[in-house]
Amino acid sequence: MGDLAARFRAAYGAPAGHLLLLVGAFTVAGWVALRLAAEPTSGRMLVWFVGAAIAHDFVLFPIYGLADRVLQRALGTHGVPASGPALLNHVRVPALASGLLFLVYLPGILRLGRPTYLAASGQDQRPFLARWLLITAALFLASAVGYVLRRWWAQRR
Amino acid sequence: MSAESSPPAGGSPVASGRVPPGRPAYGFPRRWWAFLAEHPPPGAATVNRRWRSPLRGPWLTAMFGVVLLVGLPLVFLTGLLDYLAYSPQFGQAFPRDVGWLRLPQFDWPTRPSWLFRLTQGLHVALGITLIPIVLAKLWSVLPKLFDWPPARSVAQVLERLSLLLLVGGILFEIATGLLDIQYAYLFGFDFYTAHYFGAWVFVAALVTHVALKLRRMRTGLRSRSLPEELITYRAATRPEPPDPDELVAARPGPPTMSRRGALTLVGGLSLLLAALTVGQHLEGPWRRTALLLPRGRQPGAGPTGFPVNRTAAAAGVRAADTGPGWRLALRAGGRTVAVDRAGLLAMAQHTVTLPIACVEGWSTVQTWTGVRLRDLAALVGADGIAAAHVRSLEKAGLFKQATLQANQVLDADSLLALQVNGVDLSLDHGYPARVIVPALPGVHCTKWVAEIEFRSRTGG
Repeated sequence: MGDLAARFRAAYGAPAGHLLLLVGAFTVAGWVALRLAAEPTSGRMLVWFVGAAIAHDFVLFPIYGLADRVLQRALGTHGVPASGPALLNHVRVPALASGLLFLVYLPGILRLGRPTYLAASGQDQRPFLARWLLITAALFLASAVGYVLRRWWAQRR
Repeated sequence: MSAESSPPAGGSPVASGRVPPGRPAYGFPRRWWAFLAEHPPPGAATVNRRWRSPLRGPWLTAMFGVVLLVGLPLVFLTGLLDYLAYSPQFGQAFPRDVGWLRLPQFDWPTRPSWLFRLTQGLHVALGITLIPIVLAKLWSVLPKLFDWPPARSVAQVLERLSLLLLVGGILFEIATGLLDIQYAYLFGFDFYTAHYFGAWVFVAALVTHVALKLRRMRTGLRSRSLPEELITYRAATRPEPPDPDELVAARPGPPTMSRRGALTLVGGLSLLLAALTVGQHLEGPWRRTALLLPRGRQPGAGPTGFPVNRTAAAAGVRAADTGPGWRLALRAGGRTVAVDRAGLLAMAQHTVTLPIACVEGWSTVQTWTGVRLRDLAALVGADGIAAAHVRSLEKAGLFKQATLQANQVLDADSLLALQVNGVDLSLDHGYPARVIVPALPGVHCTKWVAEIEFRSRTGG
């Protein structure tokens, strides 16, 4: 019995419990896929499901990774001094926050889905772009003030 | 390819205390997996060298993981409760037919009156708050996606496929949820169907993932001390010792941020999103703090200036339909009683302060005045009430009608409201009459009511 388990493990690459758990996840996903296959929009759902992972891994991540690299190169050694506050992070943090807000609240900022928005709320989406820009400006300003204060504090000591 | 994992050089006492299981060995057929490993595509080694962050490692990944392990099940459960609040027993929770994923059915309670406000509020607000943590968790393990060889056994192939369900699932739920609460149905499929079934696919993959990785997470959490990390500056930040999963970069660069900085950043981003979301539930000037969300804005001023979920224009309800010719038809056991608005105003009036909450993540508390639903049932001689079917003047739309459970009809605070905050309802808020029931989803508090049919336990 133990020999059989060991042989399974060597061939499969993990204990049988591993396979059992994965079969569980695939069963649920497969059952849902079969169930939704009859829906006329099932293809779109699949595209959005797989597309969400692809968009994150091969679009979003390379974009923010590259942006960070460019920023680091632009600031050079000034960006991350041996001691004292890092200018790099005082640019990174507001930029990341602004980017995140853009992603999360993108429909309002870009005024997507105007007719459904109007039907639901009786309003338009006009203020959101300006608000996002103002929040972004406020974040960078706060970060700049924070940087100046931290530098002043570091030099005083 | 290269040497098998050697014991971590100069590792922390905890890491060197136990023997890391090392990389998984090749499965069957060994030769094929080894061949794959020895023939990396051009650039694979370059990609591997370019992961420079000294922060990536099992401890950081486990920190994000443990937060999600607490938070995501809560989002899932509150989502299921929201589904149940729509009374699936009457076929009015969407998607209607869910086969084996049918939930245990019970009568959604009317107490506490803020119950639905809480479940939908938590679902949406917590879901949004966890987005930065999901993204941070994905960042922390992203190098694994570009690993070569991609697998060393069938077990690894299957596990990586299940990660597509996990990652695709959570991002799909986030994307569809965010688009829904902002009314941008770009995806072109039914939101309810997609969000409900997508959640189950994700949760099944999550259960599997947690079962497979729980031990790794615990080891990761124990490998460093959080209080110590919270006092470690950037300059003193060192990479974690090499780990069997190779989350730690092979050639880490100098730190540009401390671990405490990274945790503060991710937590701060979560707080920022929470702060910009919670206003959708607050009254007065605080509502405006939801600066980028639809319900941070009051559509008007005065007693009827609170948000609506559907305008009269969108519902196709015209002022002419609601004029002096409007009658409310009450039906029970084959009898019909028609009442005009003056007749309703002549009945005993009750005033209640109740929240109205929408599954799209907003709510508001208002003071409603009108006739108790149970008084209307008595007027038409209905007894042994099992349910009440409410129809609106609306011609189309999923929510032109709703069925109420017996407890929702009989609750002393369940009203056919004629007024709100001391004035007549506005047309957008459902004039001449609308339903308001404690803890009932907003879309089931039917506006522009035309007919209420009381159904008894024996039939009808």
